[in-house]
Amino acid sequence: MQAHDLNQTSLNVVRMADSRPNYLPWGMALAVCAAAPFFIYPVFAMELMCFALFACAFNLLLGFGGLLSFGHACFFGGAAYLSGHALKVWGLTPELGILFATAGAAVLGLLIGLVAIRRQGIYFAMVTLALAQIVFFACLQLPMTGGEDGLQGIPKGRLLGLIDLSATVSIGGQQLPLALYFFVLAITFGGYWLIWRTVNSPFGVALKAIRENEARALSLGYRVDRYKLAAFVMSAALAGLAGATKALVVGLASLTDVSWHMSGEVVLMTLLGGMGTLLGPVVGAVTVVSLHHELSSLGSWVTVTIGSIFVLCVLAFRRGIVGEIAHRLKKTF
Amino acid sequence: MQARRKQLALALALALPGLAVAGPISDDVVKIGILTDMSGVYAGVGGKGSVIAAEMAIADFGGKVAGKPIQVVSADHQNKADIGAGKAREWFDTQGVDMINDLLNSGVGIAVQKLGAEKKRITINNGAGSTALTGKECSPYGIHYAYDTYALAKGTATALMKQGMDSWYFLQADYAFGQALQGDAAKIVQALGGKVAGTVKHPLSSTDFSSYLLQAQSSGAKVVGLANAGGDFVNAVKQAKEFGLKQTIVGLLVFDSDVKALGLNAAQGMKFTTAYSWELNPEMEAFGKKFFAKAGFMPTMDHAGVYSSTMHYLNAIKATGTDDADAVMKKMRETPVNDFFAKKGVIREDGRFVHDMYLVEVLKPSESKGQWDQLKLVATIPGEQAFKPLSASECALVKK
Repeated sequence: MQAHDLNQTSLNVVRMADSRPNYLPWGMALAVCAAAPFFIYPVFAMELMCFALFACAFNLLLGFGGLLSFGHACFFGGAAYLSGHALKVWGLTPELGILFATAGAAVLGLLIGLVAIRRQGIYFAMVTLALAQIVFFACLQLPMTGGEDGLQGIPKGRLLGLIDLSATVSIGGQQLPLALYFFVLAITFGGYWLIWRTVNSPFGVALKAIRENEARALSLGYRVDRYKLAAFVMSAALAGLAGATKALVVGLASLTDVSWHMSGEVVLMTLLGGMGTLLGPVVGAVTVVSLHHELSSLGSWVTVTIGSIFVLCVLAFRRGIVGEIAHRLKKTF
Repeated sequence: MQARRKQLALALALALPGLAVAGPISDDVVKIGILTDMSGVYAGVGGKGSVIAAEMAIADFGGKVAGKPIQVVSADHQNKADIGAGKAREWFDTQGVDMINDLLNSGVGIAVQKLGAEKKRITINNGAGSTALTGKECSPYGIHYAYDTYALAKGTATALMKQGMDSWYFLQADYAFGQALQGDAAKIVQALGGKVAGTVKHPLSSTDFSSYLLQAQSSGAKVVGLANAGGDFVNAVKQAKEFGLKQTIVGLLVFDSDVKALGLNAAQGMKFTTAYSWELNPEMEAFGKKFFAKAGFMPTMDHAGVYSSTMHYLNAIKATGTDDADAVMKKMRETPVNDFFAKKGVIREDGRFVHDMYLVEVLKPSESKGQWDQLKLVATIPGEQAFKPLSASECALVKK
């Protein structure tokens, strides 16, 4: 028995070391998400997924790169406008529109990242905030964005020119937009998988090393700036992917998505869920967005409630929801 | 076999409620959604007052229409178009809401009106001012009820031009709304032979207006037109007072709540256009006092519009016996509105509700008889002159 246990443990160690993926949680998560539209309101579920992806993208930078960006809304909201414009004015198919917007966010991320990564800590946060505000004012003034009215009436279009994303399936007297739902589900899981692969790759390990001790990573010969820039661009692109998908889901892009409130919101989601854990931002996003949704009839109590939860989080469980659970169970998620 | 049959029964049971709704009144209840700003900058203009106005309309109607109860649901859109549209979509999809009223914020208003067109549900805008709602974004199921920026700019500019105030200088909030407001007013001033001495743009949510006000002062124009709203407007007026600006100051979008925030001392003598104020005539006063008894404050034109339009909607359901959007909309267009809010008011094909507007002046502190007594009527602007003519409409539904 003893020997068997030992064997098992060493096997586990080997498994961890080459981090061969365990697909069981993936399967379970996929099953839950696939069943979700039959139990909760599908449009809301899609919005949750978009925000979850956004928070995960942000966490890639903050949790694994140690860089606190305070301007991520400009990638999220900027891409929402880009995909909206591509779908509405140019009439691109949804997948091309989203790809275009994601590429746009990546370019924007490259430009902002080149300037921002030269500084650290609070200065980094301030530089990203300032540059994101420039993007905000561009969105406010450019004729293509519709100013404070937002870019409205974005068509869903046909996926690959074949599948009508605005089509609904009638089940139990409810019209469920299943085509769109599974498209969004695929995007979210694709994005999440990419983040998961990145974090567990040599690149991710180097990134964590830089987070822990930048000077030492530098002395070991890593080109720290390039790693940071790559992480920044990737995070921006994935945030853009989330924003572009959200614009497709809700059919509009508005200033809300580019304003600094949104940048703050994503910080909140990540910290609440658990910074530096893969699952944390998802939990955080679901919590924050659900609270916003459920409490919307209570008026200003939304802000009070979310503020109190944040204070509680900082005081009582600083690792965030998932971080705290993981710490108690001594596991990583 | 047994299991299969059970499954089938379950599936049927789940599907049936969906089939059973086909009747004159869907879901056996008429549900009205009030989507408004409950916590932000416009909460005083709409907010819980709009919910009270809708509840009053339902109570006055008798609580039932076509033998079915009437319900109100409300939510805060937080001035975010995506939250507003998300809530409206959920209301339509899962809660059987038949009509959404108030909206209050052009971004939310346009988004929800578009959604209403997609889902075939009636949406009534009272709080939002953008002319796009009945212009290029117009919808066969959308009504723009209380006012719009064109009517406000036109009413005020025309009235002042008549008094010989023929040179204008504009302070404009630097975004699409300010631009629209300034553009409409400037066009009217020029069309009537007046002169626009200049325009200065200020960023949204400015705190310091001194340099803009000095430019306005040195322009020598008789009128300083403020093409901004809310906090910007209040700040600009207060600072103009402190600078001792001698020119006539007019606000192109003013709510009663702004006057309240400014106080009569700072706002006295200012002229603006509105759709409702309780001081204007006895009928309006009666509604105002009734509302005051419930809410503890006097209604704004937004609140009055919510009451009047909800009443009109319920009357149309009563007349047709159904809450089907097409039938109700047709009836609402056919029937003129005659109540405290509008006389012979009609809904045009672009969705614009045409009714008289009023040019008002803020009282001097010595003239006021109480804390809610703040305005006096200067002139009534007939509906057909107040609103943008159909011939100039950008709406695709208008046949020319």
